[in-house]
Amino acid sequence: MQVGMTVNGEAHEADAEPRTLLVHHIREAVGLTGTNIGCDTSSCGACTIHIDGEPVKSCTMLAVQANGADITTIEGMAADDGTLHPMQQAFMENHGLQCGYCTPGMVMAATSLLQENPSPTEAEVRQGLEGNLCRCTGYHNIVKAVLAAAEGE
Amino acid sequence: MIPAAFDYAVAESAEQAVSLLGEHGDEAKLMAGGHSLIPMMKFRLATPTMVVDVGRIDDLRYINVGSEVVSIGALTRHAELEHSTALAESCPLLAHVASKVGDPQVRHKGTLGGTLAHADPASDLPAAVLALGGTIVATGPGGVREIAAVDFFTGYFESVLADDEMITEVRVPVSTGGWSFQKFNRRAQDWAIVGVAVAESGKGVSLINMGSIPLRAGAVEAAVAGGASPAEAAALAAEGTSAPSDLNAAADYREHLARVLTERALSAAS
Repeated sequence: MQVGMTVNGEAHEADAEPRTLLVHHIREAVGLTGTNIGCDTSSCGACTIHIDGEPVKSCTMLAVQANGADITTIEGMAADDGTLHPMQQAFMENHGLQCGYCTPGMVMAATSLLQENPSPTEAEVRQGLEGNLCRCTGYHNIVKAVLAAAEGE
Repeated sequence: MIPAAFDYAVAESAEQAVSLLGEHGDEAKLMAGGHSLIPMMKFRLATPTMVVDVGRIDDLRYINVGSEVVSIGALTRHAELEHSTALAESCPLLAHVASKVGDPQVRHKGTLGGTLAHADPASDLPAAVLALGGTIVATGPGGVREIAAVDFFTGYFESVLADDEMITEVRVPVSTGGWSFQKFNRRAQDWAIVGVAVAESGKGVSLINMGSIPLRAGAVEAAVAGGASPAEAAALAAEGTSAPSDLNAAADYREHLARVLTERALSAAS
């Protein structure tokens, strides 16, 4: 069936089988591969995107469920001139990534976290990121980055 | 992992969902947030040939606080329960338990009606509704019926809900007496290995993952009503249970956890 959505401000329409997962649709039909597939079982959070402003794991959603939705992926975070989003900048400055695989999902989840709670404690950041796994075990600097981004805003 | 092929329809109302269920029989499945159904479909544990998407029925997303009863639309998401000030004031146990389900992303998609219909004995919210003595409202072709939460669950992932019925509302009493929720798991976002919900200082006590359905701990409730201390009442927590043995815990360890967590919960709630 025909599925229409706005992705990072641009309208996108494509055909999708009902069983097509949203993450596959974004990567293959929309052509944005910044959203990663990690565990594929809604545990790791690597595929986190924003749908109508809320954080969602796109491996556990059908593309047809997002028909008409407003989606932001990691590619939509930086400004048009390439200036990084403050959260991306904070990850860079605080060494909030090692291999980088979890990073798009971490940035999307962390941005949502600050939207709901602009000045979190360290414990609240750790709790707020419970849906995102980093297999490099780089949590310490990820938490530091999110706290730095919160302070900067 | 990709689900097996299926047809997809969007229901604009509960009535339309029920009529689509009637048309397609037991090959059809309702999908709300999809966070239990889609993983099962990806593993091919569920292979419905028709998925009816009820996730867009926004009329069923509400929290109405009355003087004695809180009525919640079946499609209200966990995140909405978690962040509702009205619910935190009228039924703090339910708001708190909602905040402990899965992780933030899951809570933005998962719905109260969905988790009850899924009837997983390891889920958090069914136990909370059970401890509170809640009521589940189901809409079918013949109209609406009310089912006491204690009568709702019949077996592992099974309930009294008919193939052509849909949960449309959940009602819990306004409950501001002593409450506690204790969940034992190994990792932050895991299901409970064992969990305990206590409402009204022990008037309602329910157990997660201690049998094929979420259970009321009747012996504990009776002991509390008879004036037993938290330790005395909690000693009875494993009575009448049939805890599973699996990778995470053997049955006798689960029984031990049930007693320890029940004592903690009763102490915190008294």
